[in-house]
Amino acid sequence: MRLTVETFKQFAATARERQASAHSINVCCGTGCTARGGRKVADALRKAMTDAGLDADAHVRLTTTGCHGWCEQGPIVTIEPEGTFYVKAAPDDAAKIVAAFKEGTAVASLLYKDPATRKGIATYKEVPFYAGQTRWAMRNVGRISPTDIGQYAARDGYAALHKVLSGMNPDQVIAEISEAKLRGRGGAGFDAGRKWRSARNAKGERKSFICNGDEGDPGAFMDRSIMEADPHGVIEGMVIGAYAVGAHEGYIYVRQEYPLAVEHLGRAIAAAREYGLLGPDILGSGFGFDIKIARGGGAFVCGESSALMRSIEGKPGEPRAKYVHATDKGLFDCPTVLNNVETLILVPLIINKGAASFTALGTAGSKGTKAFSVVGKVNHSGLIEVPMGTTLRHLIFDIAGGIPKGRTFKAVQTGGPSGGALPESMLDLPVDFDSLSEAGSMMGSGGMIVMDDRNCLVDVARYFVKFLVDESCGKCVPCREGLRQLLEILTRVTQGKGVKEDLDRIDSLCFVLKEASLCALGTSAPNPVVSTLRYFREEYIEHIEGHFCRAGVCRDLCTYEIINTCTGCTLCAKVCPVSCIAGERKNIHVIDQQACIRCGSCFDACKFDAITIGRAA
Amino acid sequence: MSAAEVTTTERTYDISSILEKHPKEETALIEILHDIQIKFRHLPKTVLQQVADHVAVPLSRVAGVGTFYKAFSFTPKGETTLRVCMGTACHVRGARLILDETERALGIHPGDTTADGRFTLEEVNCVGACAMAPVLIENDAYHGFFKAVEVRKLLQKGMRK
Repeated sequence: MRLTVETFKQFAATARERQASAHSINVCCGTGCTARGGRKVADALRKAMTDAGLDADAHVRLTTTGCHGWCEQGPIVTIEPEGTFYVKAAPDDAAKIVAAFKEGTAVASLLYKDPATRKGIATYKEVPFYAGQTRWAMRNVGRISPTDIGQYAARDGYAALHKVLSGMNPDQVIAEISEAKLRGRGGAGFDAGRKWRSARNAKGERKSFICNGDEGDPGAFMDRSIMEADPHGVIEGMVIGAYAVGAHEGYIYVRQEYPLAVEHLGRAIAAAREYGLLGPDILGSGFGFDIKIARGGGAFVCGESSALMRSIEGKPGEPRAKYVHATDKGLFDCPTVLNNVETLILVPLIINKGAASFTALGTAGSKGTKAFSVVGKVNHSGLIEVPMGTTLRHLIFDIAGGIPKGRTFKAVQTGGPSGGALPESMLDLPVDFDSLSEAGSMMGSGGMIVMDDRNCLVDVARYFVKFLVDESCGKCVPCREGLRQLLEILTRVTQGKGVKEDLDRIDSLCFVLKEASLCALGTSAPNPVVSTLRYFREEYIEHIEGHFCRAGVCRDLCTYEIINTCTGCTLCAKVCPVSCIAGERKNIHVIDQQACIRCGSCFDACKFDAITIGRAA
Repeated sequence: MSAAEVTTTERTYDISSILEKHPKEETALIEILHDIQIKFRHLPKTVLQQVADHVAVPLSRVAGVGTFYKAFSFTPKGETTLRVCMGTACHVRGARLILDETERALGIHPGDTTADGRFTLEEVNCVGACAMAPVLIENDAYHGFFKAVEVRKLLQKGMRK
């Protein structure tokens, strides 16, 4: 069914009616929930609904949704419009869920329990993890079937595109986006309206519009969640952008590590074509635009714009110098716009609601909301979308529930390998593009890795440098050779072979990397090292002069010992991967120091604080 | 050259059905290589010229792209690929221990395949399943909140299959 500007309204109205007329039992089948059995739960629910005679009932349906961003509680089942929220559902629970639904009640055992009161919380709107969020980019995530265009249309989907094609000229679209002060969510925070304006003004018949779904930042997964759960939203944002700049060719560059995102985007593109929302004559307006999916090849550097474009061209993804902007000469040397997934999905929202409602939230320089992937040592790791300007403390302690196992907060790494680690003293920092840069970190794509006192910051700095050594494309010398030297020095420090002069060597290497590298991979590479040196210098000195890693991570610089609070529960012996812990039940155990590999498994398993971290002999 | 290698080079690989699906354009190169890699678990050297001819680039370009991207390998991968996620969220939750244990259990290093061709071990930089870190991926099955002590159990299950 090809829609036109005239028939679209009827289509959307029918979709809305259809959506409102029925209850929906939603099962999350995103990557996380699928791993934990989400599809089996969906199958069991389908069968339970048939058994209960609900299969023929037009007033209830089963929907498999994309990722909710709270995978650790998966598989997640929700019931709309009630908002009932079940966590860790199993196939055996299906009959109970259906029976309770028929009675209009809820299965108490499956509700999320407040960690403090142990009381079940009835709806997701009341669960602290969701209640503290403002989900704009993730507005449809987990609420619709990603592959059902009707369900997307029922939630204002393609309404913005309709609005644009039935009465806005490209300049008006760009003006709206500029007025919303939308900044790129991929990392650099570049003004999206300005980018579109440059591409529109650029000379050339052939122009391209690309969506960057190469979410390389390890620890960030909001783009995966959005592409899996709301692919039509990404497509709609792209079509509007393409119309604004006059592009007719579109590409979505997706990491091959995200197979489900590739599948859902592919199905959404096919559906959009069928309905005349992509193709030579979109909604009968005469404007033509189509999208191809390009799978990445597992190269982090391809998240960089010029490298990404080379990759789409079928070449190795090597960046080039940026004296010519992509908006003038990008893909195939033609004017090109590249926007991130999260940026694009905000476009329909801005067009629908107006720039003023978007700028109502946020800080002076950063408007709207931002999705963060708060992971690592927090009680509730997952995707958290909040207004710009929210403090780190609120994000980590109030919404993500603080640090598990009663341990203490040590640092939060924002911005991935290009960002920095911030200490406790920075927790009240309101998070936006500018404040994070000033603090020596960066927003990046919104990854936030929370670390506790069992994480070593020297090791983390070394981890990021190692990551970047592997991912450097090797084209320019400062990045290729500088990072290698940096890794050698940091490795030496973590092995207790560091010398005091190493800190100066690190400083000068970081300076050259920052000033002389060709692309942002190299220029931002020093950030994790510089920030940890700035905020956690004493740990470096402790490694170099004291030959001690207090976190018990650097294996050459620590020992594990069992002290007399040991109850002889045998748990440590069970988890030891090299079986070097001996002892009788109810007697104090002993670690064979010769055989011990200092992995710390016993320390993390012990419930009686009976294992201590000591200096290496 | 061992007997195994001889048979590898002698085996013929038919990629015509893959080439048919893709346009004769340079832009299709990476997608074609993805499809070949998925079908044969590696890029057989004997088909590279055919790919080069299809998209009209020199053979050196195909080799360049094949070596640049981590998704491709020129030696066959094992029946089961175990990928240990080394993303940051997994790292801070002890991914290293899982990788070490898998290395010990299989007797190979990341990037290598066991001599019997059963297992390939790889490191991967984040699969976006950070909320259930640390993660180990067995072909397309994700195992979240994975523990080093579970590695051998998983391998034994894999062996029985």
